Amino acid sequence: MSWIEFAQKNQTLMLDCLVRHIELVCFSVAAGMIISIPLGIFLSRYRKLANPVLSLAGLIQTIPGLVMLGIALVFLGIGMFPALVVLTLYALLPILRNTYTGITEVDKSLIEAARGIGMTGAQILFKVELPLALSSIISGIRISTVYIVSWATLAGLNGAGGLGDLIWTGLATYNSTYILAGAIPSAIMALVFSGLIGIVKRLLTPRGLREVRV
Amino acid sequence: MNLAALTIEHMYIVFIAILISVAVGIALGVIAYWVRIADKFILWTVEILQTIPSLALLAMLMILFGLGNVTMIVGLVLYALMPITRNTHTGLSDVSPFIKDAAKGMGMTRLQRLIKVELPLAFPLIFSGIKIALVNSLSIAVMGVLIGAGGLGYPIYRGIQTLNMKLILSGAIPVVLMALVFDFFMSKIERRLLRRA
Repeated sequence: MSWIEFAQKNQTLMLDCLVRHIELVCFSVAAGMIISIPLGIFLSRYRKLANPVLSLAGLIQTIPGLVMLGIALVFLGIGMFPALVVLTLYALLPILRNTYTGITEVDKSLIEAARGIGMTGAQILFKVELPLALSSIISGIRISTVYIVSWATLAGLNGAGGLGDLIWTGLATYNSTYILAGAIPSAIMALVFSGLIGIVKRLLTPRGLREVRV
Repeated sequence: MNLAALTIEHMYIVFIAILISVAVGIALGVIAYWVRIADKFILWTVEILQTIPSLALLAMLMILFGLGNVTMIVGLVLYALMPITRNTHTGLSDVSPFIKDAAKGMGMTRLQRLIKVELPLAFPLIFSGIKIALVNSLSIAVMGVLIGAGGLGYPIYRGIQTLNMKLILSGAIPVVLMALVFDFFMSKIERRLLRRA
């Protein structure tokens, strides 16, 4: 239990790392959402573009995190900004793909019915398509968030801080106390974020669309 | 530093890890399918393993197993379990109840049904689980360099430390290429399997 003692003795350090880690995750997932959701809606209107754009985002996803952060280090230098750029790139694909599939899988007859009662394009988007695609979009956000909590530990490499800093220090000095002080909170954080988003998803789903438990 | 040798070592680590996780993952999937009480617990555990940040998991494993390839293989196995176990469980559960009933009616035992009927029918889905696991593992294996394992992480990390773009790319390009090639061919096989099913 020495890492707990360590955490108690270094409360400010731990708190700084924790807060920075949460900042990295929240900012990059938010940026990912701001880019991906409108882009996903756009792709659902121009479906011919969907395949190339999704493949490109998929290609980014196959590049190992260490490599991306390394490249960002060479070109963008040290600090929080390069790390945020890389993390945002990783956050894009799951949200984009799920927004796109969520909207394209909305039943055609529902859209026709909406048009039939005189809804405009924007009304159809906001009152029919997006609510129906919501659970898929939120699943995408959840996947992104879990990834980003994980990749953000690597961002210690770029001097962006966060819990990864403690792990990197521990790895470099072969000090298991430091490793555990960074690894255990980051593992818990991934689980907590995933659980919280699951709860948000349940709350936001309209009652009629909730899964029926048999 | 020989790039070909590093690539081979990278693949060797990943393949050993995938072989082990296929064996363990399918076994866990079958147990989850057979033992109803255990299924939530098993699926939940593999999902939690997947959620743990890779750097954190590898660093903790290093404390237990020390430096070297073994630690990396253990880490990759833990990560690869989730897609394989979940897809095995889903695949087995999705086999049509009529077919299961027919097999039971022919007097097959539980094990015979599993091996001769259910596993073959679930195989396309299990295969796509293996594909996901393999492609992910190729890119996670890069982190092996941090815990003293070999592979293509070595030139990448060397390049990062010396801010040498060429060195980073000399390791990164083979990794990405391998991932794309495996993804491409395994997707083809996957599609053919699905069409036959």
